[in-house]
Amino acid sequence: MPVNADFQGRTYPPTQPYGVSAAKIREFAEAVGSSDPVHTDPTVARERGYADVIAPPTFAVLIAQQCDAQLIADPEAGIDFSRVVHGEQKFVHHRPLTAGDSVVGTLHVDTVREAGGHAMVTTRTELATEGGEPVCTATSTIVIRGAE
Amino acid sequence: MEETTAAAGIRRLAEVAVGDALPAKTIHVDRARLVQYAGASLDRNRIHWDETFAKSVGLPDVIAHGMFTMGAAVTVVTEWVGDAGRVIEYGTRFTRPVVVPYEAGADIEVAGVVKAVDAETGRVTVELTATASGDKVLGRALAVARLD
Repeated sequence: MPVNADFQGRTYPPTQPYGVSAAKIREFAEAVGSSDPVHTDPTVARERGYADVIAPPTFAVLIAQQCDAQLIADPEAGIDFSRVVHGEQKFVHHRPLTAGDSVVGTLHVDTVREAGGHAMVTTRTELATEGGEPVCTATSTIVIRGAE
Repeated sequence: MEETTAAAGIRRLAEVAVGDALPAKTIHVDRARLVQYAGASLDRNRIHWDETFAKSVGLPDVIAHGMFTMGAAVTVVTEWVGDAGRVIEYGTRFTRPVVVPYEAGADIEVAGVVKAVDAETGRVTVELTATASGDKVLGRALAVARLD
């Protein structure tokens, strides 16, 4: 089944809040090899002006991919996950994700297009605190490989 | 006092010029690291840790998460800047997969060069290059840091 082009322009309702924890930040920082103590030591983080330990620059993908799942898991969208390849990713941080943040994501399907037998879907997740403060804009392009 | 502490070890805008090369780094990745990243990021796609499954969907072997490579590569920038929270934008294309054989794992060579400095806004743009087995694995990898 081809990817459903009608999904272009669709916006999903905000997700349930995701609680950013110091433990998850530490685990993620260790996994990508980011040794900056700003991820693990609240004293260092506060000396640099942050409210608590902050996440590495790509941590937001963890929340954004949970938002993307709404689209990928939607049978109407026609996305075969076994054929999905990550094509592009971008983050614009309005401020660092910080331990203690409670973040909601709003998923937008910006473009759905076909090229060379493959489909490309670009999604944009706007992450904000429950109070409405913008935190990060995460843009992702996935490529759904066409059948051979 | 606060100012002095905050600035300690953090690169100043005045120290930076277009063409500056950042210290390069080799990132070793093996299966254990991919399992660690899968857990930390919640991206548990089997192509990143199950060789039999990866081959069954047409891949040469287990491949690293593109987001692992993206997240590990930006440590070249965050270590050079001295504060991970100052990376305000970061984007890339995933041009080739990093194949991770069971025995030897893989080495990702990461380098960075300053492409633009905006004295007005303090925005410093770094282009990263990342190669594995001679293949360029990230394309147009650009990180923007805000310096004082």
